[in-house]
Amino acid sequence: MSKFEFPPSIKSRPVWGTFEERKGSAFLFIADAEGADAIIDIATPDLMAKAHIIFINRGTDYAEKLRALAPAQFYEGPSYDAALSRIKRVLSDAKMGIQVYLSGTESLMGQAANEATLAGVPLASIQTEHRGSTARRMQCVHCKGFTEDVETDPFQCSHCGLNLFVRDHYSRRLAAYQAVCIDAEDPGNVPPSKGIYE
Amino acid sequence: MSAPQKAKAGPEEIPVIVSAVVPVTDHVTRFEFTRSDGADFPPFSGGAHTVVSMKDEGRTRLNPYSLMSDPADLSTYAISVRREDDGRGGSLFMHTKVSQGDAMTITYPVTLFSVDQRAKKHVFFAGGIGITPFLSMIGQLEHSNGNWELHYAARTPESAVYADMLLMKFPTKVSVYYSGKGDRIPFGTLLEGQPLGTHTYVCGPARFTEHLRDTATQKGWPASHIHSEEFTAPAPGEPFTVRLCKSDKTITVGEHESLLEAIEREKIDAPFMCRGGSCGQCETRVVSANGEFIHRDHWLDESDAESGTKIMPCVSRFIGSKLELDL
Ligand code: FES
Repeated sequence: MSKFEFPPSIKSRPVWGTFEERKGSAFLFIADAEGADAIIDIATPDLMAKAHIIFINRGTDYAEKLRALAPAQFYEGPSYDAALSRIKRVLSDAKMGIQVYLSGTESLMGQAANEATLAGVPLASIQTEHRGSTARRMQCVHCKGFTEDVETDPFQCSHCGLNLFVRDHYSRRLAAYQAVCIDAEDPGNVPPSKGIYE
Repeated sequence: MSAPQKAKAGPEEIPVIVSAVVPVTDHVTRFEFTRSDGADFPPFSGGAHTVVSMKDEGRTRLNPYSLMSDPADLSTYAISVRREDDGRGGSLFMHTKVSQGDAMTITYPVTLFSVDQRAKKHVFFAGGIGITPFLSMIGQLEHSNGNWELHYAARTPESAVYADMLLMKFPTKVSVYYSGKGDRIPFGTLLEGQPLGTHTYVCGPARFTEHLRDTATQKGWPASHIHSEEFTAPAPGEPFTVRLCKSDKTITVGEHESLLEAIEREKIDAPFMCRGGSCGQCETRVVSANGEFIHRDHWLDESDAESGTKIMPCVSRFIGSKLELDL
């Protein structure tokens, strides 16, 4: 699958990279859905012999392909929340020299990068590569609730039901973009939804 | 109207009295200073250095030394000087001509090497006299309950300055390795298994420093977590002639002096801080040159060094028919 080029945006919007080979003493891969392709592209037998892959399938069937790479450790879970305790445990055992590779959706990369930095992984040891869905994890600035996998703008908050406009303002701490009520002045006057990047 | 007064180019100086001269080993002597005006010294962070000015038969030597005293005690600054018999003379001067009660001047402390306050743990590697900056860093960390360990390589127990004191005060944090007995610091093993957020620091001979840097990089430590004290003492070389355009002077740099020292000898005020090629302070623009630069600093990046448009006079030299500097 070809990679999506995010249009230029404001400064707070995160910039994702492309995996490169790094020296390290341990290698942790956390990916969701098509993020598996980024691992497959960089995998070598040597690297996989030292790799721990945590894969969130989100309904895809990439797990078999990843297993075929023969990583030293492999975990598969259905969602980020299901994998979180595993991610936290692996990071709490991590030592200096670990290299962390995050690939897939912005939601996965943002949240996992937060866990890694909280655990003390140096920023320079964390790599990212966006693959697959460009849907966003959004936080409603009014009720503070998170809505995952938002693909259209505007959209309806899954918690308070307000009609929300998708902004590019991003909070690293929350790993989410900000969503603001679009019809506060004139309730019910909501423009038709279109894709975020349309 | 009078011209604005030009600030002196080097760091500000402090007149001091040598309050103690203490032989530590055959080759190393500790010098302690108090301020001539009786006041306290300025605060400094562990790992900082001072430049000691030595009046040696008409010439002034300026040598940088790490402050090894406890940063919490500002009544005294202390340095330890290793006598280099084949050196350029500064350490010999300190060893043979300086005694208790002498008046000298030293500069305000300059911090180019210090503990990273964000680190969860600090792992120090010292080779020989490279132990000195760690002594003040340890002093600082002990006051703030910092988590540290030290691995110290020396040739023999007799030459291992301050090893006894360190082993006695911190038996669980300090390990000493004697190369004379074939003991080497196992860099790789020691870097493995360090908790996230650990920073590592090295000071010692160039090859020792390189070895630690290479090993840590191989093990996946990011450059932001590897720190080294990269002083280069100026090395002797073929004399060369240089024209200083602004001062309208042509001078010759002798075999045993640095370009910076030659400039100072001519009473031209040139900027400096570390005198060891690492701070960037002395960077000077080359107006024109015909010849080859011998860059020995850790400051200029490759493209700057290759461009032939910049030179660090504290450690770098030149071979060729013409060199003109913007000084
Ligand atoms: S004085 Fe520091 S690089 Fe020359």
